[in-house]
Amino acid sequence: MIRLLHRIFPHPHLTFLLTVVWVLLANNLTLNSVVFGLILGIIIPFITQPYWPDRPKLRNWPMVVEYILVVLWDIVVANVTVARIILFKRDADRQPAWICVPLELRTPEAITVLAGTITMTPGTVSSDLSAQGHNLLVHCLDAPDPNAVRDQIKSRYERRLKEIFE
Amino acid sequence: MGFIFELLIAFFLVVSGIFGFVGSYGMIKLKDPMSRLHAPTKATTLGVGGVLLASICHSILIEEHLSLHELLITLFLFLTAPITALFIAKWHIHRHEKPKDLPDAGEDELWATHAVEQVEDVPEHSKS
Repeated sequence: MIRLLHRIFPHPHLTFLLTVVWVLLANNLTLNSVVFGLILGIIIPFITQPYWPDRPKLRNWPMVVEYILVVLWDIVVANVTVARIILFKRDADRQPAWICVPLELRTPEAITVLAGTITMTPGTVSSDLSAQGHNLLVHCLDAPDPNAVRDQIKSRYERRLKEIFE
Repeated sequence: MGFIFELLIAFFLVVSGIFGFVGSYGMIKLKDPMSRLHAPTKATTLGVGGVLLASICHSILIEEHLSLHELLITLFLFLTAPITALFIAKWHIHRHEKPKDLPDAGEDELWATHAVEQVEDVPEHSKS
């Protein structure tokens, strides 16, 4: 029975997410949109299942909420920091740097989320992954102390993602 | 009461305008391509976010109905902005960076972009 459910709903979170997205797209909460959203939410994961065989297990739901809030707050701070660097710092004083962040995460989904988060937050863009996926190459807009940036990424984001995914 | 609502909406619009402008200005001011990448990925998130917040507030406070599909724009922006940035960054590494210019990749020795290309493949005009 559970295996049958697993075959019909390979990614239950995705089903839920697609339904919510469809209702938001329709922009009114009626039975019509919910039912059609559910239909899409069941069909799309079913069709895409062969391309995404393992689903990541989310272990720690309160941590997911905490992570989203931390990242949203950091994005607001990031905007102000970057705006200040662009407007008030002379281009010659800026110290752009490449840094290498050794990854403890192994789940592809977790690394994707980490790389996306790094791009969206203070003065950093994730640029490349090492050949076997053990390190992440990050470019900093202004990093007088590259080690501090690396430690912040590891303690602020990677630690939380590790608790969520692994 | 209507005046306060309008003030709030105007505030969000002004904030988004400022950040949108700073993002575009950064494209002119910053000199190297990798730094230029920072301006549009960050400053525009709050720039677009401000307009969307203003739009949500306007529909709730003034038109008095709930409209949340602005949230979707944020969601799609958060999905696509890092991918665009990664593509441009990988292009830059492919064309303009040698393995020795980048920090050490630890036990993997090479970054993924360099691992699949021939270094000699860099065309003459992009060598500096």
